[in-house]
Amino acid sequence: MKFIKFLLLGTLFGIVMAKSEAFSWFRIQEMFRFQAFHMYGIIGTAVTLGVIGVALIKKYNLRDVKGNPILFYPKDKSTMRYLIGGTIFGLGWALSGACPGPMVVNIGYGYIAMIVVFLFAIVGTYLYGAIKDKLPH
Amino acid sequence: MLEFIQQPWTWWVSGALISAIMFLLIFFGQSFGFSANLRTICSAAGGGKFVKFFDFNWRSQIWNLVFLIGAVLGGFIASQFLSDGNPVQISENTITDLSKLGISAPTSAQPDELFSIESLFTLKGFLILAIGGLMVGFGSRYAGGCTSGHAISGLSDLQLPSLIAVIGFFIGGLLMTFVLLPLIL
Repeated sequence: MKFIKFLLLGTLFGIVMAKSEAFSWFRIQEMFRFQAFHMYGIIGTAVTLGVIGVALIKKYNLRDVKGNPILFYPKDKSTMRYLIGGTIFGLGWALSGACPGPMVVNIGYGYIAMIVVFLFAIVGTYLYGAIKDKLPH
Repeated sequence: MLEFIQQPWTWWVSGALISAIMFLLIFFGQSFGFSANLRTICSAAGGGKFVKFFDFNWRSQIWNLVFLIGAVLGGFIASQFLSDGNPVQISENTITDLSKLGISAPTSAQPDELFSIESLFTLKGFLILAIGGLMVGFGSRYAGGCTSGHAISGLSDLQLPSLIAVIGFFIGGLLMTFVLLPLIL
């Protein structure tokens, strides 16, 4: 039962991805071609509200539902891994038209070909884990 | 009311809801990062026996797998109950550009040329989906996060690494869109 809230939030996420059309290959192409404001509006709104909310959490030292302080951990300082990893991610994003979340939303929506994309995303993650010590970070 | 919900949701409603989902996850003691599930799945499948990177207590991440199952369910609900049946309303310029690549105007959310079962069972169609997924999975873990972890969560915390990752997302995305896709399609 303690997981039900995550199931509900995931369901809301899936509905938002579908109803905002952010799960569509067409919308991702439109974004990378800078031909509509739509995707930038979605991400921009989320980030703007996110910045305000995170700042308020920090300012008032807010706690989570269990009473633990909410902490934000700085990510490791580096350029190479974010730039190279991000570029590889972007290549895949523009080709398959889906990042990991929208992949599974597509599967639920009925685009079963997206199962292949998702399975290979798992393979890609495994591949990274297997060779990560040989990569620049 | 249902008719209203069945229309595509405008950008600011969608963005605000994504932000709300992130903050609810934070208040439930977790964080918004979807691609972590890919690593968790590798670990749960026994990958930790072969690769150290997958040797961790994946059970602590079950909440995120439940979130993933919810996302599948959400997609199902959206298609079965919340869809008005119209194709995605992308710009005319995009339709024109894509037609030059052999992708016809939207009739649903995804192009048949890439996501139909017929296309999946061609070598080229299969490779496009497989390699696309492979790069997303590899790149998201290499970069330490995907759109949710970096573009939403990381930028909300004004983290420089996330900004670098998002710049990378666009370098890769623009390279694929303008240089590679015309060669592939």
